[in-house]
Amino acid sequence: MPDRKPPLYATHEEYGAKFTPFGGWAMPVEFDSISEEHTAVRESVGIFDVSHMGEIEVSGPDAAALLQGLATNDVESLSIGRAQYSMITNEEGTILDDTVIYRLAEEEFLFIPNAGHDEEMETRWVEHREEWGLECEVENVTEEWAMFAIQGPDSEDLVADVAGEELRDLGRFSITEAEIEGADCLLARTGYTGEDGFEALVPWDSAEHVWEEFDCQPCGLGARDTLRIEAGFLLSGQDFDPEENPRNPYEARVSFAVDLDAGGSEGFVGRDALARVEEDGPEELFVGLRLLERGVPRHGYEIVADGETVGEVTSGTMSPTLGEPIGLGYIPTEYADEGTEVGVRIRGSDKRARIESPGFLGDR
Amino acid sequence: MSFETPDDLYYLESHEWIDPSTGKVGITEFAQDELGDVVFVELPEESEELSQEDEFGVIESIKAVSDLYSPASGTVTAVNETLFDQPELVNDDPFGDGWMLELEFDEGDLDALLSAEEYRDQIE
Repeated sequence: MPDRKPPLYATHEEYGAKFTPFGGWAMPVEFDSISEEHTAVRESVGIFDVSHMGEIEVSGPDAAALLQGLATNDVESLSIGRAQYSMITNEEGTILDDTVIYRLAEEEFLFIPNAGHDEEMETRWVEHREEWGLECEVENVTEEWAMFAIQGPDSEDLVADVAGEELRDLGRFSITEAEIEGADCLLARTGYTGEDGFEALVPWDSAEHVWEEFDCQPCGLGARDTLRIEAGFLLSGQDFDPEENPRNPYEARVSFAVDLDAGGSEGFVGRDALARVEEDGPEELFVGLRLLERGVPRHGYEIVADGETVGEVTSGTMSPTLGEPIGLGYIPTEYADEGTEVGVRIRGSDKRARIESPGFLGDR
Repeated sequence: MSFETPDDLYYLESHEWIDPSTGKVGITEFAQDELGDVVFVELPEESEELSQEDEFGVIESIKAVSDLYSPASGTVTAVNETLFDQPELVNDDPFGDGWMLELEFDEGDLDALLSAEEYRDQIE
């Protein structure tokens, strides 16, 4: 198991959770059963320990300028107390990571790199601050904050009960301070499940007693994965990866997180490359796949059409909500229309699959 | 946690069991717990010939894909096709309704398998 452990490692171990290495962390993958945990989130509420997610604080007079130079969305337009999904791209427009940026005060931001990306992002921010001669602090606070996700249709009731009735009014993609049992936490109305939900940043040393305040189904990374696949959300390092599977935001269908006008004439790193992709159109697209035969699509399986390999599955599972095998992957745009039939090669045999847009929950 | 390991069965290190009185084959309670929610099972056709420790199929849970190995050489005389629609039976009743195959097998092959006691030592 890797070195980095969440503050609740011993608590989860005592519960009987199974662990998995993920992004350099030893994280709980399953507390009871993936399908039970998954169903709790779709039908009522569950809590995830996602303390492996990074946290980087950027503060000072040029904090907004530094973030704007490195993120694809319009950071400067972000109001205080609001959050924004954004890509981090390189000069070629390739996604290095995806993140949520929170504006906590006029000159104070927090952003959430994926597990194992915190040090790389900290370095990237510091190097560009020096290169651009900007005045701000960049601090990697990943091991000062535990992070919990409280997700599901009943999450509002639970959070209101634990953290205060005023949390009911917290809007989607908003963040606020909240005291939970004496601990100064940050609560945001964000998530990665396709359900209503909250994410709580909790001081590392208060993690245990705050966790225990939330009386609901504990959920592991297994259910987090099946939930986000059903919702069609990207997983960094799997559905895109600068080395293994370089993708730009247009291919990955997250162009809503790109604002080519952001940052004025200077723009952001990757802007010019992305402007060309936007003009020419992407050559491949991220799609949903619904298997029409028995089998389970998995990461790395080939997608075939007209007798040839045309793409690859990047994520897949048996959907606990739909009871059907579903997957995500990339294929050339000519095959990407909804309803197109392709094959997924499973142990040498091609299983029929239908292309859909990513996000399978519309018809549940 | 302690898992059921019926004394009258024989076991492979890879967690398959065979019932010497019926020739039924399946996976152990320990194995289904390690896999988690079983969502897919691929099994051979009836009358297929298997050798001891041959791969006879594939089992998939939400999180993992595993090969299945035959505890003995022999001919497949029945396949539990109910598992195609209800793979969760492997979780619910691994030594009962979650059986996978029935084999007409070579008794001599049992010598190479683990007894329940030996298998318990392996998983503890």
